[in-house]
Amino acid sequence: MTVELGAFALTLALALSLAQAALGFAGARRPSLAGAGEGAAIGAFAGVAAAFAALVTAFVVSDFSVANVAANSHTAKPLLYKVAGAWGSHEGSMLLWCLILTGFGAAVAAFGRGLPAGLKSRALGVQGLLGLLFLAYTVFASNPLARLAGPPIEGRSLNPLLQDPALAFHPPFLYLGYVGFSVVFSFAVAALIEGRVDAAWARWVRPWTLAAWSFLTVGIALGSFWAYYELGWGGWWFWDPVENASFMPWLIGAALLHSAVVTEKRGALSGWTVFLALAAFTFSMLGAFLVRSGVLTSVHAFAVDPTRGVLLLSILGLSSGAAFALFAWRAPALAPGGVFAPASRESLIVLNNILLTAATGAVMFGTLYPLIYEAAAGAPITVGPPYFNLVFGVLMGLAMLVLPFGPLTAWKRGDLAASADRLKLAAAVAVLVGAIVFALVSPRKALASGGVALGAWVIAGALAEVAERTRAFKTPWPEVRRRLTGLPRGAWGMTLAHAGLGVFILGACYETAWKVEAAEALSLGGQLRLGAFELTLKDVGTVDGPNYLAERGRIAVTRGGRPVCAPEPERRFYPAGKQSTSEVALCNLGVSQIYVVLGERRASPDGGPAWLVRSYFNPWVQLIYLGPLLMALGGLLSLSDRRLRFAVGRKP
Amino acid sequence: MTFWPKSRTARRRLTILLAVAPVLALAAGLTLWGLRDSISLFYTPAQARAAHVAPGRAVQLGGLVLPGSVVKHPDGRVAFAIADKQETARVSYQGDLPDLFREGQGVVAEGSFDAAGVFQAKRVLAKHDEKYMPREVADALKKQGEWRGDGAAPAYGKP
Repeated sequence: MTVELGAFALTLALALSLAQAALGFAGARRPSLAGAGEGAAIGAFAGVAAAFAALVTAFVVSDFSVANVAANSHTAKPLLYKVAGAWGSHEGSMLLWCLILTGFGAAVAAFGRGLPAGLKSRALGVQGLLGLLFLAYTVFASNPLARLAGPPIEGRSLNPLLQDPALAFHPPFLYLGYVGFSVVFSFAVAALIEGRVDAAWARWVRPWTLAAWSFLTVGIALGSFWAYYELGWGGWWFWDPVENASFMPWLIGAALLHSAVVTEKRGALSGWTVFLALAAFTFSMLGAFLVRSGVLTSVHAFAVDPTRGVLLLSILGLSSGAAFALFAWRAPALAPGGVFAPASRESLIVLNNILLTAATGAVMFGTLYPLIYEAAAGAPITVGPPYFNLVFGVLMGLAMLVLPFGPLTAWKRGDLAASADRLKLAAAVAVLVGAIVFALVSPRKALASGGVALGAWVIAGALAEVAERTRAFKTPWPEVRRRLTGLPRGAWGMTLAHAGLGVFILGACYETAWKVEAAEALSLGGQLRLGAFELTLKDVGTVDGPNYLAERGRIAVTRGGRPVCAPEPERRFYPAGKQSTSEVALCNLGVSQIYVVLGERRASPDGGPAWLVRSYFNPWVQLIYLGPLLMALGGLLSLSDRRLRFAVGRKP
Repeated sequence: MTFWPKSRTARRRLTILLAVAPVLALAAGLTLWGLRDSISLFYTPAQARAAHVAPGRAVQLGGLVLPGSVVKHPDGRVAFAIADKQETARVSYQGDLPDLFREGQGVVAEGSFDAAGVFQAKRVLAKHDEKYMPREVADALKKQGEWRGDGAAPAYGKP
């Protein structure tokens, strides 16, 4: 019964989205209808929320008469994964997508009180159209609440690799980011219809971009963390199509964050900002298409269905095609904004945008090139990580070099020599850090040392900007403290985000260059050398998990005979899906980690049992996750700035 | 100074072009340079034999894991054979096989052939989904007339 109510609520939401679209556009002309459009937006959200609640309930009570539950759940599964199973499959995750899409629409309706009535109404109308497309897709092509004629007694369970806390929370964060850009998209289309993009528009768009981008940052970091310790390959980024699909909207979102600042503060770049706003959600939809259609071979993708791929591509073509056509038609009429000198903060942000979009283009080209090549030459190929590392690395490296100059250079007409003067200390710190790493860390690697120096440069540059703002080292401490507490949260957010990027670069360069790997089949008591560490396999026992059986190895890690830690990696067997997975054990040593995988049991040369133990020493690897966390925190801190409250519009 | 246009719009356009062009040129150059070594073609064993893949060239080798061919050595090295309808290729891999690696299932190995004709794999991909057949493998096997659709037991190469 609950499920039928849910299915009904979902269909109702589809109808309400249609009403929202119609009333939204009509309401821009007749204010009396605008309120009804807002009501429809909130109603559509309530409908999808009810459907989603019905699906989660079906998963929690293990109602195997629902096809989706039977395919992805099991009575013995822990509660967290029963709930997470609701968005673990294609159908369920599309419902989550719709939930967030209508949720953002409802948020605009409920919290956008300060918005001009026409813009708000039209943005809701566009959001309603998007909701209509995706809800129609969910209802007609991938209904998550469809019943089975002959329900099985037991479900087929969720893929064990997905039964992991990081992955349980990865899709909601990722989708909050992906779909968050839909609001920005709707605002951009609404502004194009009105033919007016000004500072006020940018001020309304910025908080939504910030929120979406911050969530996307967390989502990507969680996904990467999951791949790091659940796949057991020891790596954290593989330039896989699915990873790239989430990374492209992030890059465009980062560019949009910066160009929207220029549009808000200086009224310039308005056409470009609108273009990026449209591109961000287009890349989100492209990601949804790439992940679900199976056109590209990926290590992690949903079970694929070409028909659905065609439908998703049609939705992408329809919405983005219409939006970009509108852009081509209306953009030339947008008022050109303020002028700025070649040496100014605007110019530096333009440079940032050029580099970020070029990097996005390079990632997109590498991701789609196999498709182009196969269509043209008929042979399947893949584009490997060296391509991405080279092109992306060089473009982003340039962007990082320029980054610290941005916040230190004045708007309109700046003095780059003065900015460079303020960054002398930061440059010295960066060179020193790079030199120390180059001299002390063996084996000696010049390029990686340069990367570490670049990370230090970005962090030191971010701190130099705070020092400059507070006149630290130049005025007495009480004055500095007064200035420190007086800094707006937006400024702290920027510093935190930039420093987080630097922290990430430090970790990424150091870990990639100096990680150590070792693997050997060990009998009980056998020893494996991993750089400076020794790993001894003490014991292997069996463990009875809630829905799996496992072999658990006890391993003693020592360094020169002194105990360091005792990781206990597992090899789990899930009877429900007849699959086995490795549960990696991680030892934290400061910001570094020892990573241990227990492999299959096999015969040792003397005939006794042996286990393949594979281990990595990943130095500074935690910085790779700390960095994005700082960036997301920076984004949220900026979001809490008084100047960016959603209701801003009235003068305070 | 004569080439510098007088109109403000034209000047702005030229400035933007001057800023964008070097980055685009750099990106295009890097892309072409990067693609030279990073593209790896996909072959099944029969296609690899027919194409005379040079030793050391990075390629992907896909097909079905020949049943009974998997030998796990104590030093962590794994030897197995990838087969299509016509050929088999020996593969050597140092590392942990994916959890879904099974005899008789579709896999894709990334690596290169050595001088002796043994494929030295750097990475072996099997999928999260146990029913999964890598798309390239499915397409290639279909061309050889071997594909029986989902669920049917696949046939193997030279016995």
